[in-house]
Amino acid sequence: MRDVARNSAPLVPTASQTVGPFFSIGLCPHNPSNLVPSSGPGRAGVVTVRGRVLDGEGQGVPDAILEIWRADGSGKYAGAEGGCDANGVPSGFARIPTNEIGEFEFATLKPGPITGNNGEIHAPHLGVLIFMRGLLRHLVTRIYFPQEPASEKDPVLNAVPAERRRTLIATQTGANKNELQWNVLLQGEGETVFFEA
Amino acid sequence: MSELPVFSKVPPGTQPEYLHPPYRSSVKRAPTKPLILLPGTLSERTGPVFGHAAVTAGDSDLTAQHKGSPAGERIVVSGRVLDEDGRPVRGALVEVWQANAAGRYRHKLDQHNAPLDPNFDGCGRMITDAEGRYKFTSVRPGAYPWGNHHNAWRPAHIHFSLFGAGLLSRLVTQMYFPGDPLLEFDPIYNCVSDESAKRQLISSFDWEHTSPGFALGYRFDIVLRGREATPMEK
Repeated sequence: MRDVARNSAPLVPTASQTVGPFFSIGLCPHNPSNLVPSSGPGRAGVVTVRGRVLDGEGQGVPDAILEIWRADGSGKYAGAEGGCDANGVPSGFARIPTNEIGEFEFATLKPGPITGNNGEIHAPHLGVLIFMRGLLRHLVTRIYFPQEPASEKDPVLNAVPAERRRTLIATQTGANKNELQWNVLLQGEGETVFFEA
Repeated sequence: MSELPVFSKVPPGTQPEYLHPPYRSSVKRAPTKPLILLPGTLSERTGPVFGHAAVTAGDSDLTAQHKGSPAGERIVVSGRVLDEDGRPVRGALVEVWQANAAGRYRHKLDQHNAPLDPNFDGCGRMITDAEGRYKFTSVRPGAYPWGNHHNAWRPAHIHFSLFGAGLLSRLVTQMYFPGDPLLEFDPIYNCVSDESAKRQLISSFDWEHTSPGFALGYRFDIVLRGREATPMEK
């Protein structure tokens, strides 16, 4: 049965359509967020990421929403069985809408390095999906961490042209290494790297 | 750990391009540089799986969230969420939102001069069952004007958001209604160049779920990216 299904023509994935300007009705009634353990030793590795989403004219985008997906401190992603909070929000996931001038802010546990299926090591990073009016399908990008030696050998960062890599790496904003900045430039000089897969 | 899904490229023309000038908002927001091909790493082949606590039974009846009934034509929308092999996607969170029967969203930025409905919020969510099925009750949303071009009107639609087996299965889309004369003029619906993929966005009238004396049925099946991995030889 399995082989029959495998050999028949695959179905075509449903086309994406824009999230539109009124997504908060459906996507943000509760602002699901489960990026920081409520207690325990994991709290020591918490970082705050702040930034803005800017359009091709440098204007802040007031109606964007980011979704974050991250591994835990030991580089493991929550599986189907594990780690939802009392509201059913899986560990490692959050939605963050931008404010009226395109700013966003979230706190997260910094993930550990991730060991891939072939044993390759991926530097700590946050997976990011970005939705907004004007985007007919969402954007896929990543946030890497500053002063992280593992980033030099990261296979994804190394697939990005060297001069654009910095758009994926958050910067430390002050003396506190847990305060980071990362902006999304949708177009133009310094345009953020977006992925397809 | 269960086997991770496998992702292959989608057939050309079946997903929209980012830049679609007839849809004006895409012009200053679509990326202009080429996308970078991402190797299929764990970060994308895994994805958030919501618990059943994320929904309550009342979340799937948008007509029963207030004391009174909302105005408009009652509908029951149902369908299956499938992967590319036609296998059910079980336990998937499905979120929906929509305008009311007059074509007005309950949102502070919706300036359309049509009445809000005190009995309608336009927001629902469900988790698919073991067969990948979902179902909700609502009212048919109205068409509404928008500023994209002269005399622009959005066809009636319901927004859908879905999580599947991996982050790459993530989908936000819109469901349309059969026979809507506005579809042929809508730049958002028409952003998909493949005709068959475009028609997949239109629900079909569904006698099976049409409820006598109560509501009309519409069926909308959704295919998410991804296939189950071929089982390893032991």
